[in-house]
Amino acid sequence: MKKNLTCIVCPIGCRLEVTLDDNGKVVDVAGNTCKRGHDYAMTEFTDPRRTLTTTVRLTGSDSDSFLPVRTSAPIPKPKLFEAMKKVNTLEANAPVKVGDVICADFIEDGINLIACKNIDQGDSHDNSKR
Amino acid sequence: MEKIYDIAIIGAGVTGAMLAHKLAKYKLDVAVLEAGCDVASGASRANSAIVHAGFDAACGTLKAKLNVRGCAELPVLAKQLDVPYKNNTSLVVAYGEEDEKMLEVLLERGRKNGVPKLEIIDSARLHEMEPSLSPEATAALYAPTAGIICPYDLTMAAAENACINGCEFYFDYKVDKIERDGDILNICAGDKTIRARYAANCAGVHSDEIARLIDPEFPIKLIPRRGEYMVLDKAEGKTVSATIFMVPSKAGKGILVSPTVDGNLLVGPNAHEVGFKDDTSTEAMGLEEISQGARRLVPSANLRAVITSFAGVRPTPDTDDFHILPSAAAGNFLNLVGIESPGLASSPAVAEYAIEQLAKMGVTLKVRDDYNPFRTEKGHMRKPFRELSNEEKAELCKKEPAYAKIICRCETITEGDILAAIRRPLGAKTVDMVKMRTRAGMGRCQGGFCSPRVVEILANELGVSPMDIKKRDCGSDILCDKTK
Amino acid sequence: MEFDTQKQLVIVGGGPAGLAAAMEAFRNGIAPDDILIIERDRELGGILNQCIHAGFGLHMFGEELTGPEYSGRFIEEVKNAGVGYVTNSMVLSISDERIVTFVSPEMGFVRMKAGAVVICTGCRERTRGALNIPGTRPAGIYSAGTAQRYVNIEGFMPGKRVVILGSGDIGLIMARRMTLEGAKVLRVCELMPYSGGLARNIAQCLDDFDIPLYLSHTVTEIRGKERVEGVVISKVDENRRPIPGTEEYVECDTLLLSVGLIPENELAKLAGIELDRITGGAVVNQYNETTVKGIFACGNALHVHDLVDFVTREAYTAGRSAAKFIKDGGFEVATGEIICKTSGGVRYTVPQKLIKSVTVPEELKFYMRVDNIYKNVKLELHAGGETLKSVKKRSVAPGEMESLTLGAAECAKLYSLGVNELEITLLHSEEEAK
Repeated sequence: MKKNLTCIVCPIGCRLEVTLDDNGKVVDVAGNTCKRGHDYAMTEFTDPRRTLTTTVRLTGSDSDSFLPVRTSAPIPKPKLFEAMKKVNTLEANAPVKVGDVICADFIEDGINLIACKNIDQGDSHDNSKR
Repeated sequence: MEKIYDIAIIGAGVTGAMLAHKLAKYKLDVAVLEAGCDVASGASRANSAIVHAGFDAACGTLKAKLNVRGCAELPVLAKQLDVPYKNNTSLVVAYGEEDEKMLEVLLERGRKNGVPKLEIIDSARLHEMEPSLSPEATAALYAPTAGIICPYDLTMAAAENACINGCEFYFDYKVDKIERDGDILNICAGDKTIRARYAANCAGVHSDEIARLIDPEFPIKLIPRRGEYMVLDKAEGKTVSATIFMVPSKAGKGILVSPTVDGNLLVGPNAHEVGFKDDTSTEAMGLEEISQGARRLVPSANLRAVITSFAGVRPTPDTDDFHILPSAAAGNFLNLVGIESPGLASSPAVAEYAIEQLAKMGVTLKVRDDYNPFRTEKGHMRKPFRELSNEEKAELCKKEPAYAKIICRCETITEGDILAAIRRPLGAKTVDMVKMRTRAGMGRCQGGFCSPRVVEILANELGVSPMDIKKRDCGSDILCDKTK
Repeated sequence: MEFDTQKQLVIVGGGPAGLAAAMEAFRNGIAPDDILIIERDRELGGILNQCIHAGFGLHMFGEELTGPEYSGRFIEEVKNAGVGYVTNSMVLSISDERIVTFVSPEMGFVRMKAGAVVICTGCRERTRGALNIPGTRPAGIYSAGTAQRYVNIEGFMPGKRVVILGSGDIGLIMARRMTLEGAKVLRVCELMPYSGGLARNIAQCLDDFDIPLYLSHTVTEIRGKERVEGVVISKVDENRRPIPGTEEYVECDTLLLSVGLIPENELAKLAGIELDRITGGAVVNQYNETTVKGIFACGNALHVHDLVDFVTREAYTAGRSAAKFIKDGGFEVATGEIICKTSGGVRYTVPQKLIKSVTVPEELKFYMRVDNIYKNVKLELHAGGETLKSVKKRSVAPGEMESLTLGAAECAKLYSLGVNELEITLLHSEEEAK
């Protein structure tokens, strides 16, 4: 069986044609222009995954009330909403640096929720200045 | 014992606000009862913004008399109340002989009405004055006394002046019952009651219904006639300098093209009866109709530069004149019904005339000695930042850094301007109220960038959550939830 | 005209274009404290701060970053270099003599004479008013970018049941974002018969969440008194006119508009800079210099880009050129200009003209957009009857920016032809067959 899908790994968005065997296993990928596209097609039918980007509540900053975050690797697509629920219970504290782990082993072992923005500690939150 | 006002004014449109302003100089306790959450919530918010010279109304009508008087007074009043007014003049443009005959009729009528300096000009002079007019225009009636003014700014100014002189304003007060208790009127809205010795019904498009609350036999019926408009970008504001009218027809003064005092170009209105008095929606066909009308007058008008469209509903009376008389059922209840166009131009004269009527009805008019003729406690209002000179801007930014922070980039409105609009009498509580008072959000991006900032400033200043800040009335929520 | 103070380089806008232009000028010898970036928002980074989704930087960094990560890298560079900047500050005007008038809570009202100016003011969104959508005017109508700011920066949901008009990338991204945050996105309507967004965003923002995309549909009426209660959606014909009888009422509380971006050029107009009627941005030469000497433009203020990576590249050119202008006092002109024309479905090209400089450039890069979807075409650059460059394209679409680069040899060829115009065109396969 052949199926079409749009590659999402880069802005080019190649139209992929994927051939599946009777067990639903991918046996051939066509239309991709890079190796990553091939890999995407292979996993999309067995274990579709997406990088989640969202925000968490932030304290300790004068400028920002929310911190943009993302998962360090794609997480299973069916778990996106579960992940959103979990995100809403989290809170980060300024100062934060890009790449800081906000929540380790998020949804899956080895995948972290990480900060996407450098945010300084606000003056009014800096205890050393009080 | 509950307070008894001397006069309750029902409606805070330009008629009601102007009446409150004119009454403010007398020793009277005045209340203004408004159904909306702000002044100028009805036709005073959405009209042509024209100070008509006074040649439209039939000779001998009250409308004609008050229009000519109002037109003469408004420039002076506008200066006193810090409302931008421009004497940009007007032209009624004829296309061929039929129309030109009509110009003669208008000229004759205007002269009888007492409109000064009216004249008919030929095509050459017309096109010299307005080079972008259609080459097919053959002549025009030129009215040097006509002008433009922002109708809600005028309404706000009049109301704010009344407010600082002690007039009390009640908003979200939708009058639904009026009872007579001896010489006192109980004016009710739901479970609320305001008591007053006299009342003036200035309820605009709803004034016939209000009149019938006290006199079920009140004869005049208002026909809601909607007019649609388009506002063009300031880049098009100089397309014409005078207000350009078509030759009027039965349906009204027809479609016009006019600059606004704020520098935009206004196109409209059409005139269509609607079933529902508050139906200020626009329709595709209507917008097309006014586009065509505008193109006929000014073929080069760049209608692609539209930044917004809106509609207003005229309170057109079936009698075709202003009705300013006490109710047949109650000698202490004054009706002002059918104050449609030129209601804006006439407004100061309408108020004066209404006061003459109130005096006849028994109101004692004693001039106060502490009357403040201006819009603020301290006299003239501070100009908006954008209108200051460079030196004034520099000075103000140094003194108040909030004026060095631009919030609305399209219209150059600063945080200082917005804070002032929130803090002044009858100050802004909603995003639209900020918009009406400062123009923040009225520019080409239509609030795309500044509305989140305005919500934030309002919330901080009023001490509430941004979730509680509305666009206009209750129910017009901007934000519906927190993300987390 | 009077001024209060001076800087060698003033950069108007601290988004990705402004940050990159500033850094490149710094790397080309302009002292960091002689550069001032003027940013109107409360922080540097521009609109990328609210674009928290991933997809930025593949060309620049070889990895997919979120918006804040992408801009964060440049903000760090600027801060580490000590390049000057002010926030919450807004330029009111630029004169043709490069006097920049701005206000800033920190600095007050300032008139600053600049050696060179780079305009990096970005773009704004088209509005409901510009589309003239009839109906009522309640709360609940937002541009996609405004909604994005509410959700991602302010932490508020502007609605729960959402219809989106326009399938540009911001609209698609917001469809997913609102869905993840618990809203129901009922449908996305697109006036054109194709989406204006990237194919992958249709896949990962709509298809992933079963959000239907209605092509050749538009909103023909908005209903609701205080808050949006619903919209009427109609199918449109090939001339984009609503087809009577196809109206369908959809109950919703929110209408998001993602119907196009317009370069912000009010300042350019004040300076007397010539604008391109198609891009809405300034007319520039290969140095990204506008028609007013010493004033440069780049990024979305110049023309709307699809990828920020190209904004950065363009800003590097502008920053480098501004530094050269400051040091050399201008660009040497040998023999006038080459006008860059377009045809065959290419709507515009940037730069719009070339100065024939004394030294032949090492590279010339042209950015362009097409007016429709075309398959199997060749993008070509012709001059003096010769084809200087021809690139095969499997598919081109209006939503995606295309580019053509002339290398050193091709530049030398162009200069040797002695032409005063060139043409960038699409060669369609049918024509090829002839």
